[in-house]
Amino acid sequence: MTSSAAALATPDTSLDLWLEQQTGKGMLRFMTCGSVDDGKSTLIGRLLYDSQLILDDQLASLRKESRNRMVGDEGIDFSLLVDGLTAEREQGITIDVAYRFFSTDKRKFIVADTPGHEQYTRNMATGASNADLALVLVDARKGLLTQTRRHSFILSLIGVKHVVLVVNKIDLVDYSREVFEGIENAYRAFAEPLGFKTLHAVPVSALRGDNILLPSAHTPWYRGAQLVPYLESIEVGEDTLERPLRFPVQWVNRPNLDFRGFAGTVAAGSVSIGDEVLVAASRKPAQVTRIVTMDGDLERAVAGQAVTLVLDREVDISRGDMLVTPGQTPEYSNQFQARLVWMADEPAFPGRGYLLKVGTQVVPASITDLKFRTNVNTLEKSPARSLELNEVGTVALATDKPIAFDSYATGGQTGAFILIDRLSNATVGAGVIEFGLRRAQNLSYQSFDVNRQVRADLKGQEPQIVWFTGLSGSGKSSIANLIEKRLTVEGRHAYILDGDNVRHGLNKDLGFTEADRVENIRRVAEVARLMADAGLIVLVSFISPFRNERRLAREIAGDVRFSEIFVDTPLEVCEARDPKGLYARARRGEIKNFTGIDSPFEAPEHPDLLLHGALESTEALADRLYRHLFEQQGGYSI
Amino acid sequence: MPQTLSHLKSLESESIEIFREVAASFERPVMMYSIGKDSSVLLHLARKAFYPSRIPFPLLHIDTTWKFREMIAFRDRMAREHGFELIVHTNAEGVANNVNPFDYGSARYTDIMKTQALRQALSAGRYDAAIGGARRDEEKSRAKERIFSHRNTQHAWDPKNQRPELWRIFNTRLGPGESMRVFPLSNWTELDIWTYIYSEQIEIPPLYFARPRPVVERQGTLIMVDDDRYPLDGETPRIETVRFRTLGCYPLTGAIRSEAADLPSIIMEMQASRTSEREGRLIDSDQAGSMEKKKQEGYF
Repeated sequence: MTSSAAALATPDTSLDLWLEQQTGKGMLRFMTCGSVDDGKSTLIGRLLYDSQLILDDQLASLRKESRNRMVGDEGIDFSLLVDGLTAEREQGITIDVAYRFFSTDKRKFIVADTPGHEQYTRNMATGASNADLALVLVDARKGLLTQTRRHSFILSLIGVKHVVLVVNKIDLVDYSREVFEGIENAYRAFAEPLGFKTLHAVPVSALRGDNILLPSAHTPWYRGAQLVPYLESIEVGEDTLERPLRFPVQWVNRPNLDFRGFAGTVAAGSVSIGDEVLVAASRKPAQVTRIVTMDGDLERAVAGQAVTLVLDREVDISRGDMLVTPGQTPEYSNQFQARLVWMADEPAFPGRGYLLKVGTQVVPASITDLKFRTNVNTLEKSPARSLELNEVGTVALATDKPIAFDSYATGGQTGAFILIDRLSNATVGAGVIEFGLRRAQNLSYQSFDVNRQVRADLKGQEPQIVWFTGLSGSGKSSIANLIEKRLTVEGRHAYILDGDNVRHGLNKDLGFTEADRVENIRRVAEVARLMADAGLIVLVSFISPFRNERRLAREIAGDVRFSEIFVDTPLEVCEARDPKGLYARARRGEIKNFTGIDSPFEAPEHPDLLLHGALESTEALADRLYRHLFEQQGGYSI
Repeated sequence: MPQTLSHLKSLESESIEIFREVAASFERPVMMYSIGKDSSVLLHLARKAFYPSRIPFPLLHIDTTWKFREMIAFRDRMAREHGFELIVHTNAEGVANNVNPFDYGSARYTDIMKTQALRQALSAGRYDAAIGGARRDEEKSRAKERIFSHRNTQHAWDPKNQRPELWRIFNTRLGPGESMRVFPLSNWTELDIWTYIYSEQIEIPPLYFARPRPVVERQGTLIMVDDDRYPLDGETPRIETVRFRTLGCYPLTGAIRSEAADLPSIIMEMQASRTSEREGRLIDSDQAGSMEKKKQEGYF
């Protein structure tokens, strides 16, 4: 074992000194990525083994399990050390991010081991988000693969600045210098636009241990640093301390009336007692009087430290606020451009609503524009209507209220966010902010003296949106027509928005794919909202099969009264009616994505009113709806 | 002031941040307190996270009724000294049926008195977040566990359907009846735990230190006879100087012969030792992949 291996106190080492070294050493978080079978698990197993971290009982069971497998001189299949879950042991592949730990005298290492194959790219992004450095593994026999490029692009997207190109299985190409240099040169050319700060290439055999700890006798032509010594010495410390202060307030600490502290972790820069700080959103200034920890007050706290700040005056601050350096404030806006990695099976569409979490701020947000998709293999950009699982796109996002952020390229953490699905609560996307699109203060709507109330009073009615949903042929339009007639007779002002008057004009550029349907509904909801603002009673008669879009419509309606009317008519009945012959055509395959036939209808869980289209006459249903809307009976019909 | 934090200081900050995120994001958090060294570090970090406030959630101990007596005494003293709210839960039905490690076998006993008891306590308390001291270095299936690990309404873990966890932005959203397990010590190793206990002078139960104790040998494992419920068949326990690397139910927790009576000697011994930590726990070796199976069923 060499000096770089961990970490036994020798008899002549003073124990206290050794412990001091253990408690004082630094930490490097790195990740491994590469294609299936490039030998990632073997490499990590090798690092653990060479650091003497494999214990006797583990070693014994490993030797037993290693029979019938590819082994090196030690008789051990190192990948067995690393592949954790039963399912992947059976499949022989790694399926998730796994974290490993080893240390040498100089550093403690946390390794994120991430999967190579395509469908789990999201886990790679996960591993990269907490890594200072990445090992990109390449099989010397295969050279650069699609996966190598994909992973390198994601590294750069997520902001990993340091890369080690590990050309593995060099023993299987007879330790060929030409092969190694060919791969290194090709990779350097590919990675040039990705903007890594450092890139080191090393030829290794993880199985045999070449160039892991010590120079290999088989590669006398290689003069660079071996893998472990390189990892021990590389300087990854960012200049985060030089940056302006970013202190996202995580939790307000208020044990009694005499103490009010703002707990959080310094995201960038540093803060000292006496510093002036500003609340990013309200721009209220204050001075730091104490930096509290249980070990006693500090004079100064730096990036990465979790502390509690006390200010010299009463300022309204809560979780989600950010304390920053005056004069070097973050952007504050509700619209920004970002690069987004999509991580859910259900694709991302412009118009869909999500929750966005950046730092300690959580706000409703939606993708307002999908500018382009980046092909992660070729880095080419192409127009797109949606983002599928594992795709990367550049999008515009709008949040319900302004948020404080920095561009990820300059500010790191304060420019990173995740998107959360509002129904399933799954993390569906991760992104980094490029820049704000508009300053928030320009966004506040002009408030006119003539407002909705004035227009409504003029018409003597309460404007509202009545949103019908149901299958084609369920009776939506017939009911809407009866309502419109009755209102008109009564001298009220109503208008029906339906497929016929919208699809032929405003939305004639849209088809029937899922993405287009989302956009269709979004536009209709916006128009309905404007009409209601003009004082009208708006009857919207659209199949609107997706819960998400109906919820979006309700959100767009804002403070306008919005009723979701579910005309629930069984598919067989609708199909038998088939007023426009559409079902017949869909059955013949002439129409694709037809709701009820080859596209789903998500029935409302809690409609404002449920109308059974097959059980009562259209007149009776319209009557029931009229009473619901205008006689304040409300409720939920059965 | 150092420009970069030492690895222990940065682990500490990371854990504190996790604790605060729990307090800020959940309505009814609870912290699992198992009285061992990891729990002791967890408790220390929780106190740091909320200082000068008290820990703003209760600590929950699942008492199988077979814990070492010294553990229980230590637990009650900690609660008194640090003023945290302590909830102790025992599976009453298990006690009524006299479920014990001898007649039921370690697997069934653990399921009833630990896993089921934990589920009972979590459901009864309607806790939406349960903080635990598990570390990713303990066992292979733990290495993939998220820091904020989602549980369905049955408290079960679905390893194939974990939420991706990026940067330190934790998705704390839950559906009705769902809950979160949270592991602030995820990135700590056993050595980190010990060196942190050493440098912060954290108090741990005396069972970790070598003392003369009455033991018998079972299947190659030294078991301390902590009370008169242990079946002896007329055998007399011998007194040996032993200590424990991990604490649990005394009939299922192996002691090791050791002279290490203080922290530095324990750390020295640990560094020189060549067996992994959980080897002393009989419950993990009942079947292959057993930890992963237990976790899917709701075990911590």
